[in-house]
Amino acid sequence: MSNILEIKDMSKFFDDFTAADSVNLSVKEGEFVSILGPSGCGKTTLLRIVAGFLEESRGEVLIKGKNMKSVSPENRPVNIVFQSLALFPMMNVYENVAFGLKRKKLNKQEIEKEVLSMLERVGLQGFEKKKINELSGGQKQRVAIARSLVMKPSILLLDEPLSALDRKLREHMKVELKELQREIGTTFIYITHDQSEALVMSDRVAVMNKGFLEQVDTPQNLYRNPKTAFVAGFVGENNRFEIVRKEDKEIITKSGMRISRPCLEFTPDVMYIRPEAFMLEPSKDMEDIAVMEAEIKTILFDGANTKMSVLVDSREEVLIALQQNAKFQTLKEGDVIKIGVAYDNIKCYKE
Amino acid sequence: MQDNKKAFYFLLIPVLLWLVMLIILPHVDLFFSSFKPNSGEDTYTLENYLIFFQDKIYWSTFLYTTAYAIGVTLLAFIVSFPVAFYLVKVISPKHAAFLMLMLLIPLWIGELVTIYGWVILLGDKGAINESLIFLGIIDTPITMLYTNFSMIIGLLYMSMLFMIIPIMTTLESLDDAQIEAASDLGASKFTIFKSIVIPHSMPGIINGSIIVFMLVIGDYLAPNILGGKSSLWFTEQIYNQFLSTFNWNQGAAFGFLLLIISSATIWAALRLSGQKLEKVEN
Repeated sequence: MSNILEIKDMSKFFDDFTAADSVNLSVKEGEFVSILGPSGCGKTTLLRIVAGFLEESRGEVLIKGKNMKSVSPENRPVNIVFQSLALFPMMNVYENVAFGLKRKKLNKQEIEKEVLSMLERVGLQGFEKKKINELSGGQKQRVAIARSLVMKPSILLLDEPLSALDRKLREHMKVELKELQREIGTTFIYITHDQSEALVMSDRVAVMNKGFLEQVDTPQNLYRNPKTAFVAGFVGENNRFEIVRKEDKEIITKSGMRISRPCLEFTPDVMYIRPEAFMLEPSKDMEDIAVMEAEIKTILFDGANTKMSVLVDSREEVLIALQQNAKFQTLKEGDVIKIGVAYDNIKCYKE
Repeated sequence: MQDNKKAFYFLLIPVLLWLVMLIILPHVDLFFSSFKPNSGEDTYTLENYLIFFQDKIYWSTFLYTTAYAIGVTLLAFIVSFPVAFYLVKVISPKHAAFLMLMLLIPLWIGELVTIYGWVILLGDKGAINESLIFLGIIDTPITMLYTNFSMIIGLLYMSMLFMIIPIMTTLESLDDAQIEAASDLGASKFTIFKSIVIPHSMPGIINGSIIVFMLVIGDYLAPNILGGKSSLWFTEQIYNQFLSTFNWNQGAAFGFLLLIISSATIWAALRLSGQKLEKVEN
C-alpha cells in the first residue's frame, strides 16, 4: 500500500516559538494513526498544517504524492472533525451533512442518497429533520463525523473529538469510532492527549513532545519498548528513577536504591520500570531478574487497578501493581516482601 | 424572601417614576390633544389625522422619509457589517479595543457638533473640495453640501455605531471553527458569509436595523442642517407644527402617526424577513 500522507522534515515557527520541529511522518492508506502528546506539544498545529489552515515554515506535506503547499483548505482531499465539532446550529442534521455535497454541485437526488446512507452508517437514520441543539453529545459527535465522511476524504483528521463527552460515552465512542474506521477504510489521523484513546484505537501512534515526534510505533511497541525517556514517562504508568552512578554491574539511584545488572552498555541518566512489571515473591529459580526487598507503605485500592507504594532498600518509593487474587489479597501495610523485575523490563535512557 | 420583595419594589420606584412622568404622561397628554381641533373648542375630532392623508405634502414627505430611512438602514448594514467583522474576527482584541474607542468618540461630542464637522468637510470651500482642487483632480468644487448625499452621510455617521455594536455582539459568539469547518467542506468565502456568518449574526442585524431605522426616521438635525431644499424630513413637519404655526394638536397627531407608522414598518420588515422580535432579544 502506498503512503497517502507524507510529511517530510516539516517545521513550523511562530515568531521565536517552534511548534513543529523537523517532523517526519508517513501514513499508509487505510491506517488509523494517532498523534499523542501533552497539551501545547504542537499536535493541533500539525493537524492544521495538514488541513491547510496553517502553512509549514519548512519542509513539505504530500497528500497522495502531491505537494500541498499553497493548496487552500477547501481544495485539499482532507476533512476535519473539530474539537468543538463546529456543527452549524442554524441548519438541521440533514442540512449539516449535505453542506459539503452542495458545494460539490451534486444534484439533489445524489445528495439525498449520500446523506441518508451516511446517516444510516453512523446510526442516525430518522434524525434528518432534528435541530442540532436537540441532539445529545454522542449524536452531535456522529453528525460531525458524518458531515466530514460524506465528502469521501482521502484522510479524515480528528481533533480530540471525544474530549467533550463524559467518560462512559467516551469509552463507548472509542470502540464505535474504531469499528467505523475499519468498515469504511478511510485513513484517520486522530489528535489526542488521552493515551488510552490513542492506544485502543490506533494502528500506530506518534508521540509528540515540544513539536518533535519522539516515537512513531504500534501501541504495543510504544508500551513495551519506549525509545525515549519522554515516551516511557508519558505512555502508560511508570516509575522513574534518577541515576547517580554505576558500580560494578549495580546501578545506584539518587535516593540510594541499588539494582543489579540492568543497562550494561552505558551509564543511564534515568531508568523506568512499570508498576505492572514487578513480580511479587518471584520463585528462586527464575533467571535474568533483579530481586529486591520491599516494605509496603500504603495500599491504594482501586479494584483491578489497585497499586501499592513500597519502600525499597528503605529509601526509594516505588509504585507496584497489586493483583486482586487470593495469593496477595492478605498483604497489608508494613509487610516486607520480595519483589523482582526482569532485566528486559528495566528501561534505561540518557537524557 | 420578604426582604427581597421589599427591595424589589423599592428599586422599582425610580423606574416607574421615570416611565410614568417622562414617557407615559406626556404621551397620554399628546394623545388627547392630537384629537382636539385647532380652534380650541373642547371636543374631539379626527380632523388632525385626516389632514395628513388629505394634504399631499404631508404623506408624501412621510413616504419620502420612510424610504430614505430604509435606504440609510440598508447602507448602515452594508458599511457596518465589514467593520464589525473586522473588529471581532480579523484583528487582535487589543487593537479592536482601541479602534472601538475611536468609533465611540463622535458619540461623546454630540450630534450637532459632528454635523457641523461635516459642513466644514463637505462645503464648496470645505476641506474635501479644497484638497481635490489643490491636487488638481478637479477645477470647480463638487456640490456635496445641502444635498441628499450630505444628508445621508450625516444620518449614516450618527447611526452607524448602533448597527456595529449589536452585530459585534453576535459575531463574538460565533465559533471560529464553524468558519473553518465550512471552508474545510469546500465553501467559498461568499458561501461562508451567506450561509454561516450572516445567519448567525441575524439577531444582531435585526436589532441594529431597528435602532438605526428608528434613530434615522426620528432624526431632526442631519436632514435639517445637511439636507437640501428637497430633503424634506417628516420630523421637520412636526417641528413646524409645534414651533412655526403653533398648532400643537396637529403636531401631536403627526407625532403619533410617526410612531405608529414607523412601528408598523418594523413589524412588516420583521414579518417579511421571517424574523421574530423574541429572537432579537436573546
